[in-house]
Amino acid sequence: MKFQKKSKVIVSIPTASLPDIIFMLLIFFMVATVFRQYSGLKVELPTATKIQKIPGSKRHVVTIWADRNHSVVVDDIAIKKMSNLRSIMYQKLVNDPQVQVALKIDKHNKMGFVNKIHQELRKGGTLKVHYFATPGGEF
Amino acid sequence: MILGKRKKDKDVEIPSSSLPDIVFLLLIFFLVTTSIDTEKGLDLVLPPPGNVELKIPKKNLANMLVNAQGQVLLDGKEINIRDVARIIKQKIAENDKLVISLKTDADTDYQTYITVLDQLKKAGAKKISLAEPEQ
Repeated sequence: MKFQKKSKVIVSIPTASLPDIIFMLLIFFMVATVFRQYSGLKVELPTATKIQKIPGSKRHVVTIWADRNHSVVVDDIAIKKMSNLRSIMYQKLVNDPQVQVALKIDKHNKMGFVNKIHQELRKGGTLKVHYFATPGGEF
Repeated sequence: MILGKRKKDKDVEIPSSSLPDIVFLLLIFFLVTTSIDTEKGLDLVLPPPGNVELKIPKKNLANMLVNAQGQVLLDGKEINIRDVARIIKQKIAENDKLVISLKTDADTDYQTYITVLDQLKKAGAKKISLAEPEQ
């Protein structure tokens, strides 16, 4: 008895639109990429629970690092004297009035030091701050 | 008069068979360089510069002091740091114009300050004012 051979069905995924899909992904990542040449200081962030993302674009965010040795870095500028901070922040504000400040301060710091940064930020006119924290903590 | 052969239509094409490869390469480059920040924080608006004293009626003001040992004093009463959210929430429910004045000692730990701020956020406090620390 002869069985009829199954007819071969050629199954192939259409790849004609593949470049288009990849182009779309490429454009997304190109737009989303913000190049940063600096990585800041090593800080141990405090913990908090009610943290939220900074609203708006990352382009308006100026990051200030402050580690436990009281060194302060603004984006890629190291601050040697604390009183220089206000002019740098003012300059940033002039360049971008929507500027927001991300504070990455080591949790082992004391408030006396943090308040000095506060004072400089106030004098620079950059009042919107975000204290960066890691999720967690018992509260 | 026919002048020889007509010029052949030359098929000039840019080879596009390797286009997906090139685009893939670019895609991988951007994928690797993109850092999607998952970092988050507590937001606060600092008071404007200068010693401008705002007149806030005393009944709308809650004075909060945090000392170097991490003890919290709210309107003269010592409270546990874990109870801050609950007590402030009650106070806000009673008076929605409540402004919380947060004052810290110069030796207060930053983590303690963040914890208190976190508790205030948890209580839904919108009006938080920073007072200058005691020198």
